Amino acid sequence: MGEKVLMKGNEAIAEAAIRAGCRYFFGYPITPQNEIPEYMARRLPQVGGVFLQAESEVAAINMVYGAAAAGGRVMTSSSGPGISLKQEGLSYMAGAELPCVVVNMVRAGPGLGGIQAAQSDYFQATKGGGHGDYRLVVYGPASIQEAVDLMAHAFDVADRYRTPVMLLGDGMLGQMMEPVEFPDYQVNIPVKDWITNGASGRPARVISSIFLKPEELDAHCWAMKRKYEEIAENETRVECLGLDDADFCLVAYGTTARICRSVMEKARESGLRVGLIRPISLWPFPTNTIREVASGNVKAFLTVEMSTGQMIEDVMLAVNGKKPVHFYGKTGGMVPAPRDILAKLRVVADDPEKGRMN
Amino acid sequence: MKHEVIIAGFGGQGVMVAGELLAYAGMLEGKKVSWLPSYGPEMRGGTANCSVVVSDEEIASPVVTEPTVLVVMNRPSLDKFEGWLVPGGLLIINTSLVKREPSRDDINIVRIPCSEVADELGSAAVANMIVVGAVVSRTGIVKMESVVEGLKKVVPAHRHNLIPLNLKALEKGREIALGVAVCS
Repeated sequence: MGEKVLMKGNEAIAEAAIRAGCRYFFGYPITPQNEIPEYMARRLPQVGGVFLQAESEVAAINMVYGAAAAGGRVMTSSSGPGISLKQEGLSYMAGAELPCVVVNMVRAGPGLGGIQAAQSDYFQATKGGGHGDYRLVVYGPASIQEAVDLMAHAFDVADRYRTPVMLLGDGMLGQMMEPVEFPDYQVNIPVKDWITNGASGRPARVISSIFLKPEELDAHCWAMKRKYEEIAENETRVECLGLDDADFCLVAYGTTARICRSVMEKARESGLRVGLIRPISLWPFPTNTIREVASGNVKAFLTVEMSTGQMIEDVMLAVNGKKPVHFYGKTGGMVPAPRDILAKLRVVADDPEKGRMN
Repeated sequence: MKHEVIIAGFGGQGVMVAGELLAYAGMLEGKKVSWLPSYGPEMRGGTANCSVVVSDEEIASPVVTEPTVLVVMNRPSLDKFEGWLVPGGLLIINTSLVKREPSRDDINIVRIPCSEVADELGSAAVANMIVVGAVVSRTGIVKMESVVEGLKKVVPAHRHNLIPLNLKALEKGREIALGVAVCS
């Protein structure tokens, strides 16, 4: 590990990408992630890479497609509205099985919405924001250090499974500064025997997402399905805290999870035994972990999000009616205050059945 | 121990750097720190602020809504944030620009004519360092040595010739806040 430095989340993520061997960045500006392209514009030329500000998000994601098809370690970043514009390209990349990393520093939506932190792009990220039968691997870091660590992992997963991977942050994670250390990461890009880098001396290769014969597309979709099952088997990440004796279980990811962690500690100080499940991979979702906890002694779940309730649907599927699931959310770019979550937790503890969402 | 600080003023008064310096100093002491800038609609109109948390424990949220320390470098900042300060909290006012008296009587107040003091020191640009010196000396949020060390990290290398002037400003802020120096 190197020296601890104080860095903005956006800049730390950009530096982590470069250290992970990323040499190509194509993007288009939008608040609150502009420090990523700004940093890349300065740093990539220093390491022999290419930074290009495209004429639009649609152009940028298709440049990412091209670079990935040619074998480059490539990324783009944006926020809400810009990520919406990139969905067509993401669907094409998923279909063509092209690896890339996409950072979404989520701002409050829908539409132009606001520019403050939110978690309202959960559905878009995890349920296929683009068309077709595909999945997107999505990580939701809760600190700048975790974002840095996950960035290198994201590139590895993208290459290992030939699939786009998303880092789902939020405006606050991008804008804040925290101490961060950059791990000694060994760049180890697998041999890519499928890339279109000039067919001289070998048969031509084609990278495409078009399969006009139904049988061929059917076979392709089921092959991808098997790949997604393998990803779910190997790449699910979750952090569990205080579950051994918990009567109540908070479920939260990203920025909200770090707030819930302090709520958990405050609740325990006042005698309320609370645990926390923090999904780190949002797809694949840690369904089994939640299912097991629901089968145990926990009396109720409280899902907390910066949205009107999106991840809660995955929580309810995992809990499968075994225990009540409750919700607390803030939108518009506001971050939930620990005292408000604690107040909701007390209401749930008083009567776990009242106001359950499932 | 947890200190939650809001530093607010006009863009160009160095409020962001002042906050960054406190965070850097805390990090050098092995404390948990966070720094969060205003970047939303509140920036329109020329005001800027940052929130800094320096804590012995993990920081749950870098958003500060109940500051223990508030620095206001201009009038709009006093109007907006005065009510947020916790009872018994520390308010530092730049009286060069803020002509209104605070309405709270349950807080500690340090008045510093930052512009005049900075001018006397030789540069209006060090007004922010004067308030950092005042915050550190009145709260013990970080050690002054850590601030001096942090200054070398926060000030870009090609500006290191300005560090002695910044040190003078930190010291002046400390003296004023502790009542060692009387400001004119």
